[in-house]
Amino acid sequence: MSEQTTATAGHADPAARRQMMSQVDRIPGSAKPDPILRVDHIQRRFGGMMAVDVEHLEVQRGIITALIGPNGAGKTTFFNLITGFDRPTSAGKGAHWAFDGATLDKTSASSVAKAGMVRTFQLTKALSRMTVMDNMMLGAKDQGGESLAKAMFRPLWRQQEREVRHKAEELLDRFKLLEKRDDYAGSLSGGQRKLLEMARALMTDPSMIMLDEPMAGVNPALTQSLLGHIQSLRDDGMTVLFVEHDMHVVQHISDWVVVMAEGRIVAEGPADTVMADKAVIDAYLGAHHETDLGDDALLDEGVAAALELEVAEEEAARNQEGER
Amino acid sequence: MDTFLSILNSVVSEAIAPDTAAVAIAVIGLNIHFGFTGLLNIGQAGYMLLGAYGMAISITHDIPLALAVLIGLVISLIFSLILGLPTLKLRGDYLAIVTISAAEIIRYTGRLAAFEDFTGGSQGIFGKSYQGPFISLSFLGDGSTTLLPLNYREAGGTGARIAGLLVALAALAAIVWVAKRMKSRGSDEPTVGTSATPKLLLAVLSVVMVLALFFSFPQSEPNTSVDGWWVRLVAWGLVGLSCLIVFLLVRSPWGRLLRGIREDEDAIRSLGKNVFAIKMQALIIGGMFGALGGMVYVLTGSVQADSMGRQLTFFAYTALLLGGAATIFGPVLGAIIFFSARILVREMSGAYVPNSIMSDQQTEQFSYIVVGIVLVLLVIFRPQGILGNKRELRFHV
Amino acid sequence: MKACPRPPGLRRRTTVVGALLGLLLAPLVLLVAGAGSAQASVATLCLAQPEQTACINGTVGNRTNPVEGVEVTLLGPDGAEIESQTTEADGKFSFQVEEAGEYAVLVDPETLPDDLEILEPAPRFQGPEGSILVQVRLGQTVAPDLDVRSVDYDAGGASFGDQIAQSIAQGLRLGLLLALASVGLSLIYGTTGLSNFAHAEQVTLGGMVAYGLVNVGGLNLWLGVVLTTLICAATGYLQDRGLWQPLRRRGLGLTQMMIVTIGLSLAAQYAFQFFVGASQQKVVVETFDVVEIGPVRLTEMSFVAMGISLLMIGLVGFVLLRTRIGQATRAVSDNPALAAASGIDVDKIIRLVWTAAAGLAGLGGVLYALVVSNGIRWDTGMQILLLLFAAVTLGGLGTAFGAFVGAIVIGLVVELAGPLGAPGDLKYAVALVILILLLMVRPQGLLGRAVRVG
Ligand SMILES: Nc1ncnc2c1ncn2[C@@H]1O[C@H](COP(=O)(O)OP(=O)(O)OP(=O)(O)O)[C@@H](O)[C@H]1O
Ligand SMILES: [Mg+2]
Repeated sequence: MSEQTTATAGHADPAARRQMMSQVDRIPGSAKPDPILRVDHIQRRFGGMMAVDVEHLEVQRGIITALIGPNGAGKTTFFNLITGFDRPTSAGKGAHWAFDGATLDKTSASSVAKAGMVRTFQLTKALSRMTVMDNMMLGAKDQGGESLAKAMFRPLWRQQEREVRHKAEELLDRFKLLEKRDDYAGSLSGGQRKLLEMARALMTDPSMIMLDEPMAGVNPALTQSLLGHIQSLRDDGMTVLFVEHDMHVVQHISDWVVVMAEGRIVAEGPADTVMADKAVIDAYLGAHHETDLGDDALLDEGVAAALELEVAEEEAARNQEGER
Repeated sequence: MDTFLSILNSVVSEAIAPDTAAVAIAVIGLNIHFGFTGLLNIGQAGYMLLGAYGMAISITHDIPLALAVLIGLVISLIFSLILGLPTLKLRGDYLAIVTISAAEIIRYTGRLAAFEDFTGGSQGIFGKSYQGPFISLSFLGDGSTTLLPLNYREAGGTGARIAGLLVALAALAAIVWVAKRMKSRGSDEPTVGTSATPKLLLAVLSVVMVLALFFSFPQSEPNTSVDGWWVRLVAWGLVGLSCLIVFLLVRSPWGRLLRGIREDEDAIRSLGKNVFAIKMQALIIGGMFGALGGMVYVLTGSVQADSMGRQLTFFAYTALLLGGAATIFGPVLGAIIFFSARILVREMSGAYVPNSIMSDQQTEQFSYIVVGIVLVLLVIFRPQGILGNKRELRFHV
Repeated sequence: MKACPRPPGLRRRTTVVGALLGLLLAPLVLLVAGAGSAQASVATLCLAQPEQTACINGTVGNRTNPVEGVEVTLLGPDGAEIESQTTEADGKFSFQVEEAGEYAVLVDPETLPDDLEILEPAPRFQGPEGSILVQVRLGQTVAPDLDVRSVDYDAGGASFGDQIAQSIAQGLRLGLLLALASVGLSLIYGTTGLSNFAHAEQVTLGGMVAYGLVNVGGLNLWLGVVLTTLICAATGYLQDRGLWQPLRRRGLGLTQMMIVTIGLSLAAQYAFQFFVGASQQKVVVETFDVVEIGPVRLTEMSFVAMGISLLMIGLVGFVLLRTRIGQATRAVSDNPALAAASGIDVDKIIRLVWTAAAGLAGLGGVLYALVVSNGIRWDTGMQILLLLFAAVTLGGLGTAFGAFVGAIVIGLVVELAGPLGAPGDLKYAVALVILILLLMVRPQGLLGRAVRVG
């Protein structure tokens, strides 16, 4: 695991972080020293299918946690549940989750965000017929001008508006969107929308940010700089929980990895440990996840054929398992 | 030429009629609902009816005018709460269905014989029983008031009237043109506030137009003892006031929230905004404009339940889309064009299509058929309306 | 009136416009082409011209039970007789005057059927000699405060239990007829996401076409019903072909499409008035025999209509559940993108849904005109639109079976509201109150599902 963060305060020191997390059990649902989010017995059923079935999960404050798992594992649904966009089937039957000590069982999505837990969406929600700048400015918290009583009187909110705009410009600059600020968000490309969505979420000054596949569709150079940005957020004390399918990204920045499959948490631990886990490899990564698929070696027909054969075998084995 | 002049006369008097202003105010409210917030309120006529009943019934019970207006507004507020509480958390269609039903039910209730002592049943409340306090506020007197050297009751001959008309139309065209220029300039560089010159120009042009109309159409409002120009002044004054309020509201962060909700309310929710409360505020404010429109609507006639039925809501939508949703002046322009164009269609087909093909009744109905089809075509081919921003269009939601 | 304008639909236009106009007007033109002579005998309804004329319009009896052959006289402000009219089958009278003032309407009690009497008007409308006062202002249409009721009203009337039984029977009848229209409305919503506000006009269209074919054209009733259903289904087919499919291709938003349906509804309502007039028209002239089963009295036709409705809904259910097409339809409702990806021709399914929905609505319209509203008028459909939406919402938007259940519930509620104390049209309000209450506890409707976020 490569570490290159510049240590300043709190959890900024990689060694200290590793030290702290090394105390934590590497089993699903293990207790953390200082959890910011605590989830108990949360279930969501769609018809006959159990999409999410999490018995217990804690997310450590001030570090970057990755949530990985196969397509349809229930990661997005889990995000929806804890951010108030969906209600667990087990609501009132033992489901309980708390953020920063405050119970969220019956809290609306907006109150969850107000409490400091802000999420982004896998399918981006850019506000198409509004400018990028307006998108950003909507994110800022506690705007006086958003109250109906003050809205009509500009002097009451002009100063704050200026500050919000300034902050938005800084963030846009960091996310390489500053030239686009007066374009309609609907005209942005898919990757730019991801960036806008993340920048907009950051406008709220969250204490925990939940990113649903933030890097999907973002070009490599920008991904690197954003990863640096996420790390610096963490170093300033923000908690990050993110869903990602790119294992390089996961390995690169996460301090802790949680693996989900078929709605359940199946493994937890530091990235390297988790990725060596047999169950995780079987359920998610595949035997050749370390083979670089872009590698020219694959062009060698012999290797490719061997790989294919192995994959086919694995598949057959899995199918048999599934039938049983 | 005479036919032409008389057609023009009816078209322009429809364009500046208090009824048109009344609908314009209701459309301004609808614009807050549909244009800015994306709320599908299909019961704006219900709000109008409530406002009208609230005011008229209060006055017939000897409550002062100001208080009566307030009562009408409060009733519309309560109505918004009743409709909004169960539906605003749900998908938009539910609000549509509930509002259209509720508006119909208000109409049914208004017609009910059981409440005849209050609502006058299907006959309605006669104008003379509630217009008194309003008429007595008039400072225009009995018609001898003069403004400049002209008397607003007597215009010059035909020539002068045509000239006045042309001036008014030219001013209107200029206003539209300047507004469009402002608009397109504004969207190229939205951060920069538009300079004062075009605004000043707009104001001057508006004054010119109003004056030209004022002296070209010296008739008093028919069928009532209400002085025509007094009603018109108040009605259009209220339109101006409503536009101002909407302008102030939608340029604020609150207005930005409305547009955000229109685009994607889940995104706004994820940013920690109380979407429900803001939608409710929008519903209430738009509804109040609706109620105010209803009060103006009955100033020259009577409060009759069937005159504010579903059709009126549909007209409001047509006017809104015609003028341009989510714009400040779109509703006003839309209402004016809508009503005068309908009269134009009716009068033209009345004058030029022989009676054997279309009877007088049929020309009326024909004009409404045209309205319906225009609404369809507008939505399909020019959804941004006259004043709307074309750039917004490229991103269908 | 006889020479009607050439139907624009006959001219070939490639644009959406042409298709649209044609769709709206073609069946009506067909109807009026046959109507000809019948049109002339219908009293023209007065329409007030601003500043020139005013109208005094009214109905003896009510819309569902109009009274024919009653002499109605208009007295001027000075008490002098101005004009007399005798009501026709629709019970309507209509006077046109050219001066404002206080007029009076006098109904000749001798000409009233023996079992009816005039209800005393409110005190402020009571004129001399039992006449009814009306305030007339130019440019307006007023209705006198005229009501008739049966002489034996209340006196020895049915017991409360019997009334309830009768209402339940009527409620089931109404519910089944509503179901015909609401199942289609719901299917359209399910497959396209569109709330079709013009669906009510499809219902009216059914009644209108049947009126043209059977009453005016003299066709056999059952042949007429079948033909009407087919013609209406064809309007659905053509509508999708000429309008909705192109709009879907253009990527027009759902809200915009919904406003398109509003515009269509408006245009259609006035087109009905334009071609057929504003008065109520009967599909068949003769009345049906009444069958008594215990306390329940319904016309024979009512039972037939209920049977047809059950049969058709059963058929729709069978198709949805047991056939490939039905499966495909449900798949499209579930997830159009997925359905398209798995090889289902989504456009074809939607076209089928439009066709079936319009056909069912048309059939519902004929039956409704036959057994419930006793005739068809330009706004008959509009009157029940509220109930249709309530039914569909109650059942959960987009679920066909929910719509059926919802329709039955709404039908019962509306008919029971009367004997349980809701006066007049207010019984419709009861349906709305139930709807609002349900939305508060179960937003997705009785049988609906929640949707995915994010
Ligand atoms: N509203 C819904 N109705 C029915 N099924 C749903 C709904 N939402 C999610 N599901 C199902 O729940 C399961 C989990 O979905 P979810 O979106 O949470 O997966 P995910 O882990 O985010 O997958 P991916 O990595 O592909 O984003 C899937 O099988 C999905 O089909
Ligand atoms: Mg996901």
